[in-house]
Amino acid sequence: MVCPRTCSARRILEDTMKYLAFAAGTLLATAALAETPVLTVYTYDSFVADWGPGPQIEAAFEETCGCDLKFVGAGDGAALLARIKLEGARSEADVVLGLDTNLSGAAAQAGLFAPHGQRVVPDMPNPFGAAGAWDDPLFLPYDWGYFAFVYDKTKLTDVPTSFDALAASDVKIVIQDPRSSTPGLGLLLWIKEQYGDEAAALWEGLADNVVTVTKGWSEAYGLFLEGEADMVLSYTTSPAYHIVAEGDTSKAAAAFPSHYMQIEVAGKLARSDQSELADQFLTFMTTDAFQAIIPTTNWMYPAFAPKGALPDGFAAPIGAEQARLIPADDVASIREEALAEWLAVLSK
Amino acid sequence: MAGRAFQVRRWPGGVAAGLVAMLILGTLLAVALRAEAGRGLGPSDWAAIRFTLWQAVLSSTLSVMLAVPVARALARRAFWGRRLVIAFLGAPFILPVIVAVLGLLSVFGRGGILNVALRFVGLPEVTVYGLHGVVLAHVFFNLPLATRLILQAWQEIPAERFRLAAQLGFGARDMARVIERPMLRRVVPLAAAVIFALCISSFTVALTLGGGPRATTVELAIYEAFHFEFDLGRAALLALVQIVLVGVAAVLALRASVAEGFGAGMDRVVTRWDSGGLRQISLDFGVIVAASLFLLVPILMVVVEGAAGLWRMPVQVWSAAGVSLAVALVSTAIMLVLALPIAIAAAAWRGFEAVGLLGIAASPLVVGVGLFIVIFPIADPFTLALPITALVNAVMALPFALRILVGPVRDVVAGYGRLSATLGIGGWAWLRLILLPRLRGPLGFAAGLTAALSMGDLGVIALFADAETATLPLQMYRLMGSYQMEAAAGAAVLLLGLSFGLFWVFDRGGRNHVDA
Repeated sequence: MVCPRTCSARRILEDTMKYLAFAAGTLLATAALAETPVLTVYTYDSFVADWGPGPQIEAAFEETCGCDLKFVGAGDGAALLARIKLEGARSEADVVLGLDTNLSGAAAQAGLFAPHGQRVVPDMPNPFGAAGAWDDPLFLPYDWGYFAFVYDKTKLTDVPTSFDALAASDVKIVIQDPRSSTPGLGLLLWIKEQYGDEAAALWEGLADNVVTVTKGWSEAYGLFLEGEADMVLSYTTSPAYHIVAEGDTSKAAAAFPSHYMQIEVAGKLARSDQSELADQFLTFMTTDAFQAIIPTTNWMYPAFAPKGALPDGFAAPIGAEQARLIPADDVASIREEALAEWLAVLSK
Repeated sequence: MAGRAFQVRRWPGGVAAGLVAMLILGTLLAVALRAEAGRGLGPSDWAAIRFTLWQAVLSSTLSVMLAVPVARALARRAFWGRRLVIAFLGAPFILPVIVAVLGLLSVFGRGGILNVALRFVGLPEVTVYGLHGVVLAHVFFNLPLATRLILQAWQEIPAERFRLAAQLGFGARDMARVIERPMLRRVVPLAAAVIFALCISSFTVALTLGGGPRATTVELAIYEAFHFEFDLGRAALLALVQIVLVGVAAVLALRASVAEGFGAGMDRVVTRWDSGGLRQISLDFGVIVAASLFLLVPILMVVVEGAAGLWRMPVQVWSAAGVSLAVALVSTAIMLVLALPIAIAAAAWRGFEAVGLLGIAASPLVVGVGLFIVIFPIADPFTLALPITALVNAVMALPFALRILVGPVRDVVAGYGRLSATLGIGGWAWLRLILLPRLRGPLGFAAGLTAALSMGDLGVIALFADAETATLPLQMYRLMGSYQMEAAAGAAVLLLGLSFGLFWVFDRGGRNHVDA
């Protein structure tokens, strides 16, 4: 009399019903929360990680805003921009946090962002103008740093101190894809800025050093920590993470003659239905409450120096004369040429 | 059969086949219309095409070359556990690719056991990223398939041939020249062509082990154009390229499969008189053990590493598992609704089976991009991520399901058709009383395959998922990306269990009651 065929079907049905009930419950719970306004912030994956700035910043902002701040990790920086373009007018994002000045030109061209209407005086080097000048009408900076190759002092002794030395060595490196990742794009522009027409030749030399090209910073840094490469493209501030968080002094950033800067920015989407809340968040971003969290979670220099010194383990930034940066408006054309060279060389 | 007395209903099959054809051809058309052909292919696109072909050539050649000794060993040795080994060779078909990749990393990665051993004896280390890794993973998946195909051909040689050969005093060399080599000449190109076609549209392996412009397949390039640059025109252009590649590979595979066999024998158990001395015996067992280790160790590594992480996984993993389970079941239901009518119609006219070939000719990312282009102006494709994944998974499993179902349906129609006609049973009653009870086994098997394939799939979902939607394979990929290897291994064990569990439940559910 037992018919296990229907019984197994019934069991599967029951499981499905349970899942559906669970899903419905979740939906109802979300609906109940909808009373408080939700501010959706798209950012890169490492920002929302447990050890990243996301959780602390969420708690700090929610204390004052009477809202629900929702961070959504959407890949690495450049993929973040593609995502916003992809979703277009349908996007639920109110704020995008995690582009940098290398992308802000392209982001502005997409026409999806609204002016922030704020005047700010950031504390960071400015390679092409007076220190503290900030005239981007759409994006506000929240932190900055220098790109650098990070290595393990106990494993790599013969540390290259320039791109030429790196290309000539057999040191293995992991880098990020400039099409999806802001460090990857930073490296592309760093080399283009320094080598100009010789950039392709330098990439030819570097090609045999590259173990793999990852989509994002997290993957690359993970591979480096797993021992898959001798060096990884990261930041001069990355060793501070190991010193402060892990008491591990073995990691160091290789000093090159010049270092390309990254200034990370956030902007408000024109289509946001929480425009005021988005403004409020961008203002909050420039205050101590936000800025003080950055150094030991995002491991970058805060754009608006909070009261109190940087934690021990953070080396003072290298001299401003070593800083390189291509103005945001010029990046687009240079990026296209540099990317074509990079693709041509690395696909050989 | 003169004057067919019994006619199955063809129209439901026609409708189902039409829907499938519309989905695949419609998305191909959307892709073709959207492709910006004028822009041409850049150097990196050509590199992707070269890499796709080169890795597929290497993967298929290596898989087949390694499979021949394994198949020979299994063909001429009888030992305890032989059936288990052969059954085990079928497992990679439903093994989630991402799980295997994690296992291969823990064996062949820089921190894996192989390199630990190499370092210990002072040999240079190997790297698993790039071409090596992609080919390694493809061999991992396709060596078992090639072995099964070649072994099958070996076993189709009638026992009488070996008996005759023994009477004629053939040694190992004569045996190879007269019997085995002709057989291999027939089956090896077939196996190689099938594997070549499978490797052409490989996505997950290239996504995880390929890296950068140097190791990008066309399928991965489609994903990158879509995801990195939101360049639909270029994604569509690459999709067109992919259609041509997969199409040519499928034609190659089909042409290779037409060849004559050895004729029939009396299906006696094969006794081999050329089994050779101790050296050959130990060689054969060495080959079997080596192949088993190559296939087993990575999976065991995942299980060992993952069992510890199983209880320390973030809650998203569990919800992703729920999502995947729902997707897999819906996908299986869609497959059944499509496959059964088509199989019934195909019993009357073989042409219906051809619709299954469409599923082979279209790659998931091509269909995904096409659906995106079609849906984008009307609705938000991202909110439809899961239904689309379920649908595409079902269509991708359709060719396999049809292969399983068409034969048995035809047998039932041939065997019971006249009786049914005499008794006036037709329509639903025929389906319920005559066909379905006799089809439980194949249906369970097909459903199990579909559910397991859908459970482990990482393709369309990678294209469509937003940050908050994830199936279990995607969630696992994200954990790997953010360096949470322990949690990723835990998710891998869960995924492994669910994939094989689903297969087992369906397959068992079907088989148990064949005689009921």
